[in-house]
Amino acid sequence: MNEIASNSIYFGFTLSLLAYYMGIIISRKIKITLCNPLLLSMIIIILVLKILHIDYETYDNGAKYITFLLTPSTICLAVPLYKQYRILKDNMLLILVSIFAGVMANCITILALTVLFRVDHVLYASLLPKSITTAIAMGVSEELQGIPAVTVMSVILTGIFGSVISSLLFKLLRIKEPLAQGLACGTAAHAIGTAKALEIGEIQGAMSSLAIIVTGIITVIAAPIFINFL
Amino acid sequence: MKYLFQMLIIGGITVIGELLNYWIPLPVPASVYGLLLLFLCLCTGLIKLSAIEETADFLLVIMPLLFVSPSVSIMNTYLQVSDSLLSIAVISMLSTVIVMAVTGILSQYLIGLKNNKKNREIKEHE
Repeated sequence: MNEIASNSIYFGFTLSLLAYYMGIIISRKIKITLCNPLLLSMIIIILVLKILHIDYETYDNGAKYITFLLTPSTICLAVPLYKQYRILKDNMLLILVSIFAGVMANCITILALTVLFRVDHVLYASLLPKSITTAIAMGVSEELQGIPAVTVMSVILTGIFGSVISSLLFKLLRIKEPLAQGLACGTAAHAIGTAKALEIGEIQGAMSSLAIIVTGIITVIAAPIFINFL
Repeated sequence: MKYLFQMLIIGGITVIGELLNYWIPLPVPASVYGLLLLFLCLCTGLIKLSAIEETADFLLVIMPLLFVSPSVSIMNTYLQVSDSLLSIAVISMLSTVIVMAVTGILSQYLIGLKNNKKNREIKEHE
């Protein structure tokens, strides 16, 4: 099957669209937070590839043309940010303080959990930058001498888990302010969390976009300091 | 024609972002340079919102779809780290919940403080 599929560039492209489309339909029918379209489509595609014995490389040969839009799409996060400029300006200090606290919470919990699970230093270095957007995370991971592939995996797990859990967590902790919801999504779950935040509302999306940038910058500074603690 | 022009602007900013990423030796991705640049252009009025709005909205709506292929790549990585897979998963998930809770609760608390202060000021004026 791998050989047949490798003859069509549109195989991976179409499979991605189909799986995501199915993911949306299923998540609309079954209203459980766990039924996140991205999570569902990931599972569907991995199952299809495993069953038909198709390599990831063969699939990505076509799917990469979708991923190709990621940079311009991320850049467009400037639009909700611009539309919510007033809220941003009026709350600048509290936004910065909250994001800073989130980054510290990330570094401290990862340090504590690495000690608890007795995982080695290389893994600690790979996990520290996991709450920031993939491209920055890989750079930081390399600088700390971690394994970039593990970092990418952790970043994606974080993003998917964050967007799956967000609605439930906000309900449990009674986080109702749109601004607070957005900051929480972006600081904890970077761009994947932001995609989810945009679905909740425009203010959430704008705050989440801002959080990606600020979290990235603070982590670039904080991670090299935290790496010395273990 | 409208979409062609909008795509042109967004594409142009992406190119500038990628060039900045190449020239400046920091671990900052092209998308972050581009985001800041587009934000500045919108704020200064150099680019009008109407000049990119529909295309930007489209790109934002399909954003989760763009993460599908990178997510599927996990099926290759997990073999490399199969021994510590469980710890990686648990650490990633637990810390995500904690970060989300800390940021969410703290910012909501700070917003509450700010609103109280504002309300008090309004009352004093009355």
